[in-house]
Amino acid sequence: MTDLWDGLARAFWLVVSLDRDLVEITLRSLQVTLSALVIASAIALPLAAVLAVRRFRLRRATIAVLNALMGLPPVVVGLVVYVMLSRSGPFGVLGLLFTPTAMIIAQVVIIVPLIASIAHQSLRELWSDYHDLLISMNASQTQRVTTLLWDGRRALLTASLAGFGRAIGEVGAIMVVGGNIDHATRVLTTAIALETGKGDFAMALGLGFILIALAVAVNLCIHWLGRTESGGRW
Amino acid sequence: MAVLPMEAKGAIARRRGKVLVGPVDLRLDGAGITIVIGPNGAGKTSLLKMLHGIQRLRGGTITWRCPLEDARAKQAFVFQTPVMMRRSVLENIAFPLRLAGVGRDEARRQARDWVRRIGLTEAADRSALRLSGGERQKLALARALIRKPEVLFLDEPCAALDGRATREIEALLLEAAASGTRLIMSTHNMGQAQRLANEVVFVLAGRIHEFLPAAAFFATPGTPEGRAFLRGDIVE
Repeated sequence: MTDLWDGLARAFWLVVSLDRDLVEITLRSLQVTLSALVIASAIALPLAAVLAVRRFRLRRATIAVLNALMGLPPVVVGLVVYVMLSRSGPFGVLGLLFTPTAMIIAQVVIIVPLIASIAHQSLRELWSDYHDLLISMNASQTQRVTTLLWDGRRALLTASLAGFGRAIGEVGAIMVVGGNIDHATRVLTTAIALETGKGDFAMALGLGFILIALAVAVNLCIHWLGRTESGGRW
Repeated sequence: MAVLPMEAKGAIARRRGKVLVGPVDLRLDGAGITIVIGPNGAGKTSLLKMLHGIQRLRGGTITWRCPLEDARAKQAFVFQTPVMMRRSVLENIAFPLRLAGVGRDEARRQARDWVRRIGLTEAADRSALRLSGGERQKLALARALIRKPEVLFLDEPCAALDGRATREIEALLLEAAASGTRLIMSTHNMGQAQRLANEVVFVLAGRIHEFLPAAAFFATPGTPEGRAFLRGDIVE
């Protein structure tokens, strides 16, 4: 219990004093996660819409694989990305291992299936509503996909939010490919793991509380955006 | 090139092996309003959807005067339960124009004109999901008419509407017909059929049982089933 109070006090003090290391780690966490989120959303959302609209031979199998990949173990993803980016790997020449870019790649691989699956569930329902209407309006495949993406944007925001939640709390994969290097690849989750390993529970808890606050803040922002629909604008 | 005449020869629509409607032989030409009537489950909706192209043709042919792609672009469909897109009223009405490549400002200008015509000016920027049943159907009609279709299919557009909303919808339909749009509409309401119809298609068990000028059908239906239906008897 004492550790918890110490953690809260440490978190409060770190935030109030705008601790330089904390700010750096927090900004890096946000940079890595938001970059991964943008890239993953750009891949997953159109993929979800195409899966909802188009009928092709391996569609059901693709959806099943996507759903299965939601449970992808992050450490394994980290390992695979590590092998791909290591010197002897196919992309070793790019020199990306132990950089924030490698961490972004790992996070993208982890959250694309999650965002795509959740988005697909929503867009499938929307497509069943719109199916006859869009066909009667002679909409092309591209127009159908873009219409679904636009009209389903609130649900897609929720899907992306789930991806953000998964990415910001991710530790296994980014530890493997990032290496938790101070002033280079250290982020909130890997710093928490480090401090816990060192036995500094108060510091670890402090960082943990900040991580939670960050996740809640982003959630609230997106919730606020989503509420514009209830105001009749969407 | 004009879209009519349309000619269906032995047209059949099936779902999971079961014939929904057909084989249908039908020729639509000229102007006016064709009303499709028949008992529940007779295949009225399937007939309209098959002619329009939403229901895939599983046999026979449907030909239009112009190529199919052009014909599809010159038709519209109003559903019994209007589909409200998750957009504002104005954007719902402008949507078909945007699909056709009309610029945003021009599409919104035309949509605003339609919003005024259907009496929804105050709701123009509100979500379409908040409209009442009658307002939704008027929106759906405006959305269908904004591209000035040559042929408009309507599947019981006034079902579940009150008298006032029905009168407003009928006024819009008559206006559309007067401006040259060919209407093919199903209804359960015999009063409405008599008010609007130039021709009547009587559908029974997935087939066209009678196709007559409205006056002739309502005066002397050509078949015992037609007479029984008009009397209000149960017909299967």
